Amino acid sequence: MNKPDDAEIVHFDNVGLRYGTGKEVLTDVSFTLFSGRFYFLTGASGAGKTSLLKLLYLAQRPSRGLIRMFGTDAITLPRERLPGFRRRLGVVFQDFRLVQHLSAYDNVALPLRVAGVPEKDIVRPVTDMLEWVGLGDRSHARPATLSGGEQQRVAIARAVIGRPDMLIADEPTGNVDPDMAEKLLRLFEALNRLGTTVVVATHDIHLIQKMPDSLIMRLDKGRLSDPTGALRYPPRNGAAISRAELPRV
Amino acid sequence: MSMLPAALEAFQGEWRERARAESRLLPQGKLSGPMPWVIAIMIGLTVVATASGLALRNTASIASVDVAGGVTVQIVHGAPRERDRQAQAALASVQSAPGVQSARLVPQAELDALVEPWLGTNAGDDINALPVPALIDVRLSDAADKAQLEALRARLKSPAPAARIDAQATWLAPVFEAIGGLQWLAGGLIALLAFATVATVLLASRNALGNHRSTIEIVHMLGGTDTQIARIFQRSMAVDAAAGGIGGLLLGLVAISLLGHQFAALGSGMMTSVGLGFSDWLVICCIPLAGVLLAVVTARLTVLSALRGML
Repeated sequence: MNKPDDAEIVHFDNVGLRYGTGKEVLTDVSFTLFSGRFYFLTGASGAGKTSLLKLLYLAQRPSRGLIRMFGTDAITLPRERLPGFRRRLGVVFQDFRLVQHLSAYDNVALPLRVAGVPEKDIVRPVTDMLEWVGLGDRSHARPATLSGGEQQRVAIARAVIGRPDMLIADEPTGNVDPDMAEKLLRLFEALNRLGTTVVVATHDIHLIQKMPDSLIMRLDKGRLSDPTGALRYPPRNGAAISRAELPRV
Repeated sequence: MSMLPAALEAFQGEWRERARAESRLLPQGKLSGPMPWVIAIMIGLTVVATASGLALRNTASIASVDVAGGVTVQIVHGAPRERDRQAQAALASVQSAPGVQSARLVPQAELDALVEPWLGTNAGDDINALPVPALIDVRLSDAADKAQLEALRARLKSPAPAARIDAQATWLAPVFEAIGGLQWLAGGLIALLAFATVATVLLASRNALGNHRSTIEIVHMLGGTDTQIARIFQRSMAVDAAAGGIGGLLLGLVAISLLGHQFAALGSGMMTSVGLGFSDWLVICCIPLAGVLLAVVTARLTVLSALRGML
């Protein structure tokens, strides 16, 4: 089992984001994420969680501030280098974003195919992953014929199949029953133990409580709420505060 | 030595596998809709325009070689006996002139055949009563220029004062100019068709990009490169353009064949000499290939340009 280290994986410094000429949806957001740790991102609806995740998975450039990812300035990163960075990320979108004309199998295989993995090396891991998320018998089904929970599981399987350096999940258990939610959380935990940094945006307090060693980031009206100073850069003692150190959410 | 074919086969297998995997990223066959039909029409029209341009060029080329060294000497005299005398004298003088390859007095039967459509040769027609000039067809060893014509005029002034000398190229000049104009028209048509093909492919690519924007965004988010996405569109466009190109070529060949038969039926000396050589057919067969190349390059540039606008 990999132990979390203090290697910085993501660093935000005074990041602000506004869409068009509207008001800022994220204001002065500064934090550092460290390799191999498990983070929860919480906050009320409209607090800016999804916007923050968009910056994390490089779907959006900030209006101001600095973002360093994997040791590289992500803002001035040339477009042609973005795919290489994105292949190091696994993303579970809130609206799943499955490719509608592809089967569950092909959707899960997509990151591997995009990365150029030979077809013979794709079959086994994809089949195993679909079995694991309980969709072994639905591998040929198109997303339109799957329930919301099943689509969510396909989206999660797609995000983790390439064993990313960082997994970013936006409300990943919102559409599944509690048993499946816990099972998926264990999958994230297993992936985290293998060294993947996990960032999960969720409203689900019970989910957070099931991961006592996790770190919590809370957004409030676009600002990162930081009562203990754990997420301020540089973080206290070089690391964010643990879930156990925080008051109950 | 046996390593090379094995390595080549492995590379081909890997390439095919990658192409198959990439082609799954977007639904194939729905990218460009009626593109094969549009390209078939474009290629068909281009084939006809090219064949016409080449045939006109060949016509002009053959005709100009025929008439370049041709000079016609007309003996225009109202008295048939004097006309014939001057014609014989002019023939003798021209045959011994420098630069003359051959000269012949056009026989009366040929003259009668020439004027027959206008004057007739039926019984009772007194063709000799009309002042039809005697003709001497002269072939020079080089193209007839002004100096040579002047020398011939000076030479014939004394033995045949009724002689009129014309270079055949002079009175065919308007025909050559018209042929040249038609060639330019064919070239213009080909350029316009190429432009229309580019515009059609551009619109089809943008339309397909718009239809598949969400899938493309997902592929981007998963680390897909612009080149990977462009390759999918290129491949789809290449298949459409190849199908359309072959169809268009066949369509064009049928049209050329029909036009060829129509012109052959005219029986005109100039038209029956029109034909397409081996190199011309080679050019025509290359048109679908050029069409595929044009469509693929256009699709690639359009897609890459549109993708550059996405993060």
